[in-house]
Amino acid sequence: MIEVMNLSKSFDGVPVLKDISATFKTGCTNLIIGQSGSGKTVLLKSLVGLHVPDEGQILYDSRNFTEMHRKEKKSIRQEIGMLFQGSALFDYLTVEENVRFPLDMFSGFSLEERRERANFCLKRVNLENANHLFPSEISGGMQKRVAIARAIALNPKYLFCDEPNSGLDPKTAIVIDELIQEITREYDMTTIINTHDMNSVFGIGEHIIFIAKGKKQWEGSNDEILSSENQELNDFIFASKFFRKIMSGEK
Amino acid sequence: MNFLFHMGRYALFVRRVFGKPVNHRIFFNQIAQEMEALGISSVGIVVIISFFMGAVITLQTAYNIEMPFIPKYTVGLAARDSILLEFSSTIVSLILAGKVGSHIASEIGTMRVTEQIDALDVMGINSAGFLVLPKVVALVVLNPFLVMISMGVGIFGGWIAGTSTGVVPSADYIYGIQYGFIPFYVIYSLIKAVVFAFLITTISGYWGYYASGGSLEVGRSSTKAVVVSSVQILLFNLLLTQLLLA
Repeated sequence: MIEVMNLSKSFDGVPVLKDISATFKTGCTNLIIGQSGSGKTVLLKSLVGLHVPDEGQILYDSRNFTEMHRKEKKSIRQEIGMLFQGSALFDYLTVEENVRFPLDMFSGFSLEERRERANFCLKRVNLENANHLFPSEISGGMQKRVAIARAIALNPKYLFCDEPNSGLDPKTAIVIDELIQEITREYDMTTIINTHDMNSVFGIGEHIIFIAKGKKQWEGSNDEILSSENQELNDFIFASKFFRKIMSGEK
Repeated sequence: MNFLFHMGRYALFVRRVFGKPVNHRIFFNQIAQEMEALGISSVGIVVIISFFMGAVITLQTAYNIEMPFIPKYTVGLAARDSILLEFSSTIVSLILAGKVGSHIASEIGTMRVTEQIDALDVMGINSAGFLVLPKVVALVVLNPFLVMISMGVGIFGGWIAGTSTGVVPSADYIYGIQYGFIPFYVIYSLIKAVVFAFLITTISGYWGYYASGGSLEVGRSSTKAVVVSSVQILLFNLLLTQLLLA
């Protein structure tokens, strides 16, 4: 479980996150949704320590991340897997080497064991026979799978995904969403996903936080989202003309 | 204010670069790879430039001291001292600042804008140290060798040019390059090579590491890396000359 308490962050005096408090549950997919520029990515990056919050606390299973020393943070980071928007695979490494990278750096396993684990992770994300290809030689969807395989290589307790299906076609996006949900349940992880994709919201949004202008506006599940009376949330959900037509039952 | 900001951030960056590597086996592998990418791959350009610069220095010296009272071996002596003192360390390092500096800044800058550096940080890896320290070690070790190659090739280029054009007889040139030889000139040049290698790698790494935005900014960072490295090389050349030769 990850708890965020009164988190605020500003850049050059401009507030981006304002007093955000939330609890992200273990074993389910937690979604942070909001428009572009609402502060989702800053919140996610603050959670993993890429941004230092101005105020507030972040607790990883009651361990206060914000007040930890560098060495303690380092050990928590080995419990974190992260999937970046653009996959962030290392260009100069092959698919297998990318997945093996965290194992090479931190595990005391032999090369054979590391290879075995990398192949297991690649198999888990349904990506086989691509071990020797470079990231530039595979599709966007395959890159996301490799990034997920790399994120789970060290068996993390926490998984962060920044817009995991951006740039993917709707069908592949659903496959990636479902894969993240399956892995979350299988490994009993605390998964936090940043998205503005409504398919993800209704498909895997077990616990949702809606952010607008740096503030938490709403919290609930995908079952509750349509009955929300929050105007900003409704404007966000029904922004698509296509979606409005579906909801109103038009053909 | 901007200068002070960059100076302060550069100092903090260098401190991070010298953090303890997470995995020593990977660190030594990286050093070997960087030696190939930054040093060995630069041998060709160093040889070509040194040969022609040595030849030009010799010819220009010969044409400018064409007087009966000045002995011919002076051409070899002047060419040798120019090559040992300035050309091989400073000019070769300036050329490397362009070749190696832009390579480092664009490589690290691209990793920054594609979030590969963030990925390293999230894993708990000191990204500045992981990416830049192997480059610093590789070039600091190899630059003195490149400078020594440049010295040899430059003097050889001068001999070829001098003897083939007939401006200086072979025996005079060889006597000139041996005449009044001060071994400390080589040491002085190698010290400069080490300092310049450190400047090129850390300054270029700094500009790449703090690149932001897209490909245009990576290009700008790369240009800044080359310009700032070159200016610093010239500045430190002045300081080291005053410190070591005065």
